[in-house]
Amino acid sequence: MNLQRQPTALRSLGVNARAFSRDFIGYLVLILLLGGMGWIEIVQPGDLSLPKLTGGLLTLDMLTRVGLFTIVLVGLNLLMGYAGQVSLGQAAFYGMGAFFSAILTTRAAALGIPASLSQAWWWAWLVMFAGMLLTGACAYLIGVPILRLRGHYLAMATLGMGVVVYVLLKENLAVPQLNLTGGFDGVHSIPRLRIGDFVIWPVTRYFVLVWFFTFLVIALGLNIVNSRYGRVLRAIHASQSAAESVGVAVHKSKAQIFALSAALASLAGSLYAHFQAAVIPATFGFGESLELVIMSSVGGLASIWGAPFGAFAVLLLKELLRTQLRVVFPGVKGEFEAIAFGVLLIVIMISMPEGLTTGMLKAYRRWRAARVLKQEIAESLEPLGMK
Amino acid sequence: MALLTQSEKKKGISTIQGVALAVVVMVLGLVALGSRYNFGVVDYVQFVVDGLRAGAIYALVALGFVAVYRVTGVINFAQGVFIMLGPMMTISFYEQNWFPSLRLNLFVGALLAIAITAVVGIAIERFTLYPARRALPLTKIIITIGAYLALQGGALLIWGPQGHVMPAFSTLTLADQSFRFGGLLLKAQSLWIWSTVLITLALLGLFFERTRLGKAMRACAVNRQAAQLMGIRVDTMATIAFALAAILGAVGGIVLGPVTRPTYDMGLDLGLKGFVAAIIGGMVNFPMAVLGGLLLGVLENMWAGVTQAGFKDLFAFVVLIVMLLLRPRVLSGPEAEGEH
Repeated sequence: MNLQRQPTALRSLGVNARAFSRDFIGYLVLILLLGGMGWIEIVQPGDLSLPKLTGGLLTLDMLTRVGLFTIVLVGLNLLMGYAGQVSLGQAAFYGMGAFFSAILTTRAAALGIPASLSQAWWWAWLVMFAGMLLTGACAYLIGVPILRLRGHYLAMATLGMGVVVYVLLKENLAVPQLNLTGGFDGVHSIPRLRIGDFVIWPVTRYFVLVWFFTFLVIALGLNIVNSRYGRVLRAIHASQSAAESVGVAVHKSKAQIFALSAALASLAGSLYAHFQAAVIPATFGFGESLELVIMSSVGGLASIWGAPFGAFAVLLLKELLRTQLRVVFPGVKGEFEAIAFGVLLIVIMISMPEGLTTGMLKAYRRWRAARVLKQEIAESLEPLGMK
Repeated sequence: MALLTQSEKKKGISTIQGVALAVVVMVLGLVALGSRYNFGVVDYVQFVVDGLRAGAIYALVALGFVAVYRVTGVINFAQGVFIMLGPMMTISFYEQNWFPSLRLNLFVGALLAIAITAVVGIAIERFTLYPARRALPLTKIIITIGAYLALQGGALLIWGPQGHVMPAFSTLTLADQSFRFGGLLLKAQSLWIWSTVLITLALLGLFFERTRLGKAMRACAVNRQAAQLMGIRVDTMATIAFALAAILGAVGGIVLGPVTRPTYDMGLDLGLKGFVAAIIGGMVNFPMAVLGGLLLGVLENMWAGVTQAGFKDLFAFVVLIVMLLLRPRVLSGPEAEGEH
């Protein structure tokens, strides 16, 4: 059925036309949506602006955050949704990237890095990519032993790893003399990113930069999913022993995807550091790891397009709860946020364990199939004079 | 508690050897670290005594984890909530002053708190995990995380972010009685904690050994399918396991209440430590879980004594990771499989 629908030209090239067209629609929708919102915000046609249109819900600041989280979530979805390996410590890698960038751009002099290097515009970019490599390497080394664990045990081990990294960040990496991470207060006055003399700031410019990276990461994710490696990951998820029996290097593949997801989280962390211009360890604790898992499950674990959707849905809901709940129930503070997220998480996991995007797609397909069936029955009954 | 089958007994011995070796190494390391502070023997005994207090609580929490895990195959992230609900509700009921006697107030409040926590445990199993009983482990993990978030958020709503004060059991005031033996300081609340934990363990033992229900639960823990074929209602047993875990958590939280200042988020830390204790004990073995809790309490306290305060929490999680990695046997259990 599906094969027959594919245009032969594409099929002969070996392209999965359905996947291609679906992803094409995904890119188009995302670009149009973001482009439209960015255009409104920058040009402000007829004195309109994004916050004005949406009652302060949508701002470029918030959309930039969505992009940052999307980068982390693409990695997390590859790890959890496709390869089936839980990580409750992803915020640790996010934090490692953020602090790596923050420390090396603000404390370069104290670390003995010559000013000719650390003052150059490309230094921050170099640090960002070095951070990705380093975090990825760290994750690979951690991943080789840890990913031997399965299910609940892996969840707990990654959680433990997250807490260890958090405590290290909070406690100045155990060398208080150097005061690298700044303890509780974190690192401040992180410089903006530059290309030559072109500073990527204000937020409109940064928004474009972050989403440029986000699209690259989404494309990377989609390519991985549709490649041999993606099939390897899904095979590991379906059954590790079966995958092993057909010659998949299970442990290596798992460590690789763990390292990739960590490197992506690190990239997002670096971008976050230059976006906020200040980082504190409290942002990268267990709560943040949980939030990433929530976003991932809301969007759809085994779905790359679920990543931007999940990040957007959760951030929007947070904003809604923050601004609107007080209007409905005066005197209410942040408490409802946790309750709402908890209940939401339970409901989604019980009714659509694959997340909202996949769950809704499936529900739509079921509905369409039922309608087609109904029509066919009606048509076949028509010649018989029955209704 | 004869909860071990023959094959598990064999495993138990090698587990004990492994854990014993790890403990010896850790103690030596900690003493070496502590040598720069000129600690005397009394100081180390003090570490052990204080550590046993926290360890007793970890042991109770670990038992809750093991009970739920053995019967349902789920690691219950919401366990920490039970530990928090116990003292918080006790304080609220205590402050109602229903009876002229303060002691009666505290006692009735604690009983009510334990009962309500048990109901909460049952509700979590019935309304969140039972509908998803065929789901993947990952889904179940996220569901219990959801329950944890929702209940902790509810606690924040009811009790606010500030720490609450619970009276010491023996004096019914903030200041606790303390005894001195030479250089050793012992608080009366520690005695309350140890005696409560011992009584709870004895009751738990009686429940598993002497009652029909307890035997049915043990059967579920050994082999769920076989138990079901023998006519045991496995779903009911899962609910009871959650109630049991809730009661154990609440009791632990209540006796610990006067020592700490209970807050809405106290459960996370204690819950995770309890889990570490359960892992040290092998996750399937009740007596070993108790031992694991006591060991973790003592070693962590020694660690806290010889390093900076900020690193206290590091210990449990490093031990967690090391234990998980050193004990691949844990993974071979059918419930540990992440695949279907």
